[in-house]
Amino acid sequence: MLPKIPIGSWVSDLVDWIEANLGWLLDAITTLLRFLLDGFRDLLMLLPPLAFIPVFAIIVFFVTHRDIRLAVLSIVGLFLIWNMGLWNLGMLTLALVISSTVVALVIGVPVGILSANSDTVEAIVRPILDFMQTMPAFVYLIPAVIFFGLGTVPGMIATVVFAMPPTIRLTNLGIRQIPLELIEVAEAFGATPRQKLLKVQLPVALPTIMAGINQCIMLALSMVVIASMIGAGGLGYEVLVGIQRVNIAQGFEAGLAIVILAIILDRITQNLIKSEKRHE
Amino acid sequence: MENDEEPEVQIEVHDLYKIFGSRPEKGLELLKAGESKKNILEKTGQTVGLADVSFQVRRGEIFVLMGLSGCGKSTLLRCINRLIEPTEGSIVIKGNDIVTMSTEELLEFRRNHIGMIFQNFALLPHRTIMDNVAFGLEIRGVETEERYKKASEAIKLVGLEGNEYSMPDQLSGGMKQRVGLARALASDAEILLMDEAFSALDPLIRRDMQDELLDLQERLNKTVIFVTHDLDEALKLGSRIALMRDGYIIQVGTAEEILMNPSNEYVERFVADVDMTRVLTAQDVMKKADPVISCKSGPRLAARLMKEYGISSLFVVTQHRLLKGIVTIDDVVEAVKQDHTTLEQIVIEEVPQIQTDTPLADIIPIIAESKYPLAVVDQDTRLKGIVVRGSVLSALARKESEPIVA
Repeated sequence: MLPKIPIGSWVSDLVDWIEANLGWLLDAITTLLRFLLDGFRDLLMLLPPLAFIPVFAIIVFFVTHRDIRLAVLSIVGLFLIWNMGLWNLGMLTLALVISSTVVALVIGVPVGILSANSDTVEAIVRPILDFMQTMPAFVYLIPAVIFFGLGTVPGMIATVVFAMPPTIRLTNLGIRQIPLELIEVAEAFGATPRQKLLKVQLPVALPTIMAGINQCIMLALSMVVIASMIGAGGLGYEVLVGIQRVNIAQGFEAGLAIVILAIILDRITQNLIKSEKRHE
Repeated sequence: MENDEEPEVQIEVHDLYKIFGSRPEKGLELLKAGESKKNILEKTGQTVGLADVSFQVRRGEIFVLMGLSGCGKSTLLRCINRLIEPTEGSIVIKGNDIVTMSTEELLEFRRNHIGMIFQNFALLPHRTIMDNVAFGLEIRGVETEERYKKASEAIKLVGLEGNEYSMPDQLSGGMKQRVGLARALASDAEILLMDEAFSALDPLIRRDMQDELLDLQERLNKTVIFVTHDLDEALKLGSRIALMRDGYIIQVGTAEEILMNPSNEYVERFVADVDMTRVLTAQDVMKKADPVISCKSGPRLAARLMKEYGISSLFVVTQHRLLKGIVTIDDVVEAVKQDHTTLEQIVIEEVPQIQTDTPLADIIPIIAESKYPLAVVDQDTRLKGIVVRGSVLSALARKESEPIVA
């Protein structure tokens, strides 16, 4: 019999080493993410609920090129969340989703661009993405907890890792799908690589990139529920408590609030993709 | 190439080779040792794109690269602005060798001297027509106001005014390619590279666009390199045509030269189905207008000339060989009897006239109707030659190369 290859213990050694030697980096990341999360939460909590809801609806109305149905949907949905007494938790969840998505985009879009422009980068990135997407989501929670302890920040880290792959994939795909002639136009008229990226590649790939952002948001929302197991808080925690106490009412209400947020976020981003396409 | 007023050479391609693959030097070595394209691919995995290509293009020419797909015409076009890097050889444009330029010099050169037009139009879908046309100027860093001004002029030039703020997907194929043309013209590049520019258009629109290009060319006098697989298009547009096969240029020449004197069997087969009546013009089939007679001369001279040359009608010209009309033998005999001193009373002024560039296809119905030979005149109605039925027939029958004009 072959002896068991000690993969598990290697990984755990690595984790120990990182914890011992890269503590400063982990602290810096924690500070940054905390700052981002608190910023978004404070922004969302700036207005009392009944003032926030109409302001939000008006913003939605204009951002989506005057889609009145979406504005009404937002008002009804958010009102229901407030009515169920889940407002503060809902806003925390929303802040978690937004800040995780921002981080995922800030990392994911540039990586997507790099892998679109280089086959070598793509060859390296692709298996990593496969790994990130197929590894059960719960597994991320373990190193996140070890490095960052319990709380919202490790929850965010796990969420970012989980939500980032579609952004990278679709940015890569969007740019690679651009017809060769359009790239040749940029080059034939003497564009620098930077001009080519900003004036041709990104704008032409934008609808696909937007689809990636939409996926990223949806995945982030589903992950914040799982992340509540390590103390990320928000609506996910309510669901968790509901399960643990077999409290159907509590679990269902929190679950419904998550669904409402998901629908609103999805429709807004979908609408942005569509209006982008309409401009073509 | 007979006169000295030929415009200067603007593009000179010399011994150009392109080998696709990971080890082009290997392929190049074998190619120069005389190996065939197929053998090189089998032995080394290198694909020969262009082999031993040399030609010159003069200012104001429309130089057509023609051949079937895979013959290397698009590769050659892309070597000229180095969208594809040549493996060996030189491309000298206005005294600068493109091949040895640094990246910055190349960008600069592309921005200012070369415009390109693409088969599928290649308009940026997120930009208005105005911003598409202004693209080259934007890349060059021209101020917004200035570049919109120039873009508007270019849009007007191709007849698209009123569509400045449409989006590309609102336009038809023909209009889209006009935008492509305007984009290339907006940056004032004197060299235009056109890659199958009209191949994606339906036949009627394509013909319009060809006429439009010839018209624009007359006004703007650009140097155009035009890639096409369509022989009729090549014959219509090309000042000169380079026929390509397997990466080699097989023959370069004017439409007539290629049709009348194909350099080998391949060219001959290629041009076999060409409708000669669309290619040959009055200039190719006309005879020298000799004799002619001055309108001041008398009927007796006319009668003698007709008898001497054995003809039954005679063209009458004024002193600068401007066409006046024609006299017939019957009228001349009558005039001699009545002792007229000039031909003025008997000149028939309404004679059919054709221009030197009238295609044979248009001449045939006229000559079938006409009692007299046709007068070939230039823009100032100066008599350049005459066309009789016999010369039309012999031009259609002949495949030899010797020029018909005596």
